[in-house]
Amino acid sequence: MLEDKDRIFQNLYNDLGSDIESSQKRGDWVNTKELTSKGREWIINEIKDSQLRGRGGAGFPTGLKWSFAPKEVGSRPHYLVINGDESEPGTCKDRDILRFEPHKLIEGCLIASYAVQAHVCYIYIRGEYFKDGQKLQAAIDEAYEKKLIGKNAAGTGWDLDIYIHYGAGAYICGEETALLESIEGKKGQPRLKPPFPALIGLYGCPTIINNVETIAVVPTILRRGGKWFSSLGREKNTGTKIFCISGNVNNPCNVEEEMSIPLKELIEVHAGGVIGGWDNLQAVIPGGSSMPLIPKEKCETLTMDFDSLVAEKSGLGTAGVVVINKDQDIIRCMARIARFYKHESCGQCTPCREGSGWMWRMLERMAKGEASKDEIDMLGDVTKQIEGHTICAFGEGSSWPVQGLLRHFKEEIKNRNKFDPIVKENKNIPYLVDQHLLDKNA
Amino acid sequence: MSLKRPAKNQPENFEFDSTSLEAANSIISKYPKGKQQSAVMALLYIAQKQNNNWIPLAAMKYIAKFLDMPYIKVYEVATFYSMYNLSPVGKYFIQVCTTTPCMIRGANKLVEACKEKISENESELLSNKNCSWMEVECLGACVNAPMMQINDDYYEDLDKEKTLSILDKILKDETPKPGSYRGRVNNEPENNRKTLLDFKNA
Repeated sequence: MLEDKDRIFQNLYNDLGSDIESSQKRGDWVNTKELTSKGREWIINEIKDSQLRGRGGAGFPTGLKWSFAPKEVGSRPHYLVINGDESEPGTCKDRDILRFEPHKLIEGCLIASYAVQAHVCYIYIRGEYFKDGQKLQAAIDEAYEKKLIGKNAAGTGWDLDIYIHYGAGAYICGEETALLESIEGKKGQPRLKPPFPALIGLYGCPTIINNVETIAVVPTILRRGGKWFSSLGREKNTGTKIFCISGNVNNPCNVEEEMSIPLKELIEVHAGGVIGGWDNLQAVIPGGSSMPLIPKEKCETLTMDFDSLVAEKSGLGTAGVVVINKDQDIIRCMARIARFYKHESCGQCTPCREGSGWMWRMLERMAKGEASKDEIDMLGDVTKQIEGHTICAFGEGSSWPVQGLLRHFKEEIKNRNKFDPIVKENKNIPYLVDQHLLDKNA
Repeated sequence: MSLKRPAKNQPENFEFDSTSLEAANSIISKYPKGKQQSAVMALLYIAQKQNNNWIPLAAMKYIAKFLDMPYIKVYEVATFYSMYNLSPVGKYFIQVCTTTPCMIRGANKLVEACKEKISENESELLSNKNCSWMEVECLGACVNAPMMQINDDYYEDLDKEKTLSILDKILKDETPKPGSYRGRVNNEPENNRKTLLDFKNA
């Protein structure tokens, strides 16, 4: 288990208070000026050394992303946008950062803005987190008052303004280009890439977009060194991560742990075990609803990081672990996730708009045992036709959980859905019946 | 995609009152010059607050003029995002999360409680009630499941009895205390905390 001194979010459970004085006691804002005076190159290299990967789901190396920002500011200003549109079912980590560690985020915004030469930073928060956004706004006001942001922020000589932009309940706005559309005051439909936002983003200007957790860990990495961060976890999957363990466990919770922690340790030690004991475990969704589920047999030895989960044909995603025990109907659980995606599809690309509803309706029938045998393969076919044929990754996000179900629980679906439309015996049915359903050999 | 229709009975006029106007102007100042369209989401939200938690078509037209943008663009935004109510809802607007992490911890019991106490169908505003309810997708408090949102507040760690008692209070026009209803502190594992223990007792 990770030692307490190596935990970045010391106030994850709000034991210490989130105001500026107590944050400064924990080490926020202590030597921000010193860090930025070492220069942009140093900051970006230190983040590259730490091998920090984005915490929003895709796991893109953060240092590399920052280095895509143009080196010189041309006629167009640069922007930094923080993605706090946390809507992935199973994930609630950013909410705790906004509520309890806002100064880590604000200081991270200053350092990141300095590194990518942005003078304006927008923090996009999902509309439902209105109360948590107000807490962040209070922290921003505190920081303005102490001259930590604004003109000559924290004595660094860099000007920075931070604004909050609230969403209004659209999951798709967590996709970075949809988020930019939303800030521009349009409906959140993703843009085609390229051009990538690092060159043409918000208002057509170079824009760097990072997740809340990614930015909030940056100041600590720079203080303690990229080497320290990369010493945790394993190669290319370094550092610490907030895991959200929900579902059928005795003590659902958020906990910050080392990357590559065994899944079993996470569930048994931190979350108090599966309800009904480990043997009652049916499956685990390891990284938020869009990642394929993993059956119990594999959960015994699984370690939680980007690469080892990809090897299991799943993914770490946002590290929202949803535990499903044997008391639940797994097909119904997945049908509900399919309904979520049907509801949240933005409607721009046909395969996703139509396919997500198709998958939901099929799964609902399969849960009731009303589907026919050949529909199981048809469902797999539908997922394949959505995946990769859409503008954004929503297509993958909606079809992967269904593929995961088909991969690991096909037998269960087959056992429940035995209906065979082919007429096997010759019942001497008159010509009105669909002829193609009659078995020729009968 | 979800289907949203504006209400049949629409007020003729809509205008920001002085507090809304002040809030709207301060929001527009957050965005660069000429990009005032960015404020449309926040302005719709302000209009919704002012107009008993729903947005009439007149408000959309007003905001379109206010921001110097086409009416249809405002209409697009208002119908795209699920948090804008286009028809009247109760003074207490209850949203029950029923996505998988909440579902497997018994969110359907919360729905049952709402059906018993408020109305048989969701999004139905009975004339003798001050609240309406609906099922929504993930509200992002999965480790506190099952949960529901009433106006801006989160009510977490619920079960059927607790939901019924919350609804009783609301029907009496009282605002119940938000937060966890199992007495736990934020998102810590109850009675099983293994981390950051020095601070807990500090």
